[in-house]
Amino acid sequence: MNSQRYDRHIILKEFGAEAQQRLSDASVLVVGAGGLGIPVLTYLNAMGVGTLGMVDNDQVSLSNLHRQVLYNEDDVGRKKVTAAVRKLTAQNRETNLRAHDTFLTRDNALDIIAEYDVVVDASDNFPTRYLVNDSCVILKKPFVYGALHGFEGQVSVFNYKNGPTYRCLFPDMPGADEVPNCNEHGVLGIVPGIVGNLQALETVKVLTGVGQPLSGKLLLFNGLANSFQKIKFSVNPQNTKIKGLRANYDFSCDLAVQSISAPDFEELLKKESLQIIDVRTAIEYKESHINGVRHLPLSELESGRVEFDVKGKAYVLCQSGVRSQKAIVLLQKFFPTTTFFNVAGGMNQLHSYAAKY
Amino acid sequence: MEVLLFGIAKDIVGKSLLRLDTSENLPTSVKELKQTLVSSFPQFGKLSSLAVAVNSEYAEDDVSLKQGDEIAIIPPVSGG
Repeated sequence: MNSQRYDRHIILKEFGAEAQQRLSDASVLVVGAGGLGIPVLTYLNAMGVGTLGMVDNDQVSLSNLHRQVLYNEDDVGRKKVTAAVRKLTAQNRETNLRAHDTFLTRDNALDIIAEYDVVVDASDNFPTRYLVNDSCVILKKPFVYGALHGFEGQVSVFNYKNGPTYRCLFPDMPGADEVPNCNEHGVLGIVPGIVGNLQALETVKVLTGVGQPLSGKLLLFNGLANSFQKIKFSVNPQNTKIKGLRANYDFSCDLAVQSISAPDFEELLKKESLQIIDVRTAIEYKESHINGVRHLPLSELESGRVEFDVKGKAYVLCQSGVRSQKAIVLLQKFFPTTTFFNVAGGMNQLHSYAAKY
Repeated sequence: MEVLLFGIAKDIVGKSLLRLDTSENLPTSVKELKQTLVSSFPQFGKLSSLAVAVNSEYAEDDVSLKQGDEIAIIPPVSGG
């Protein structure tokens, strides 16, 4: 560790060389290298955390750039972890950077998380958030939670010194049709910057023992009012006794939705003409779409405005593969004899289109 | 009785602060408050996890409510 580099930490009375050494000895896993993950990675890297891991399997897309400020225009189409490692190496070559070029899944979560001291949940979906929680409870790792909705954010530190967990606040995972994500709902660029930086601060406190981490407290941020509120909550001991992961962490739908992987779908698309229904918003559709698709925004489908007929097989597509699952549940009611396939991962995973959007 | 709304709760109601009129039958517990919300805004019935805080403290269904309590409705949010 280069002590000159961290001089302003070392001369800081409440921090000092000892806390700096703890950062240097520490390893942190950041789940998601997107809006929240980028400020976390950037600051922890600058501040001298010894080992920084990141898990992400997405590519940079044009619509990420307004909030994912580590990426440049020429990173569009590149793997996020590849672009991030390049930037972070230039920022601090002393850090041991580890790129896990995958999404966190039920099969890899315990193995990946076991290698780190603290986890930062900077993901963008409920299945991953519940998977991170359960894995951290099983492995007894603290994790720093952050999540967004429009102009609002939530931050907390879970599973810290036998403190409460994510399930103590929200016991059960919401269904696919309950709460929209950033792709559907939108997010003001600066909000993940603020929430992610708060997560980075909490991570530093957990690692060094300086200050009081937000354990047992949920911080609510409202960007429109610029207000912060803290809600106290306590541990439900049942939630700390998780011994194994659940059988699956997918959204539960009333109907089993059949899926096709993005690469298989792209192959099929080259060979034959397919019936494709794109359920994204008009703005998303205008940015980029596959030629010849039927455009039916989910909101119109939900209000029952379906003015065409579909027979045989149809492929349903959205940006990330979540809305399309909801759409299939609804479409199946209109067209009970049609076979619908969800394009898993949506436009984000279609390599010939992802980069453009 | 003032109810602060966050996340999807704010979107469902269309504003961030809901005032429950004193002339109505005010809910006397968190459970009743949730029922009041569902009957006025049926979309609340769809939410499986909904945290409620009373005077900045997480409140289970059996917590009783009184005039002047500060209530917050906090649904889970997923964005990142």
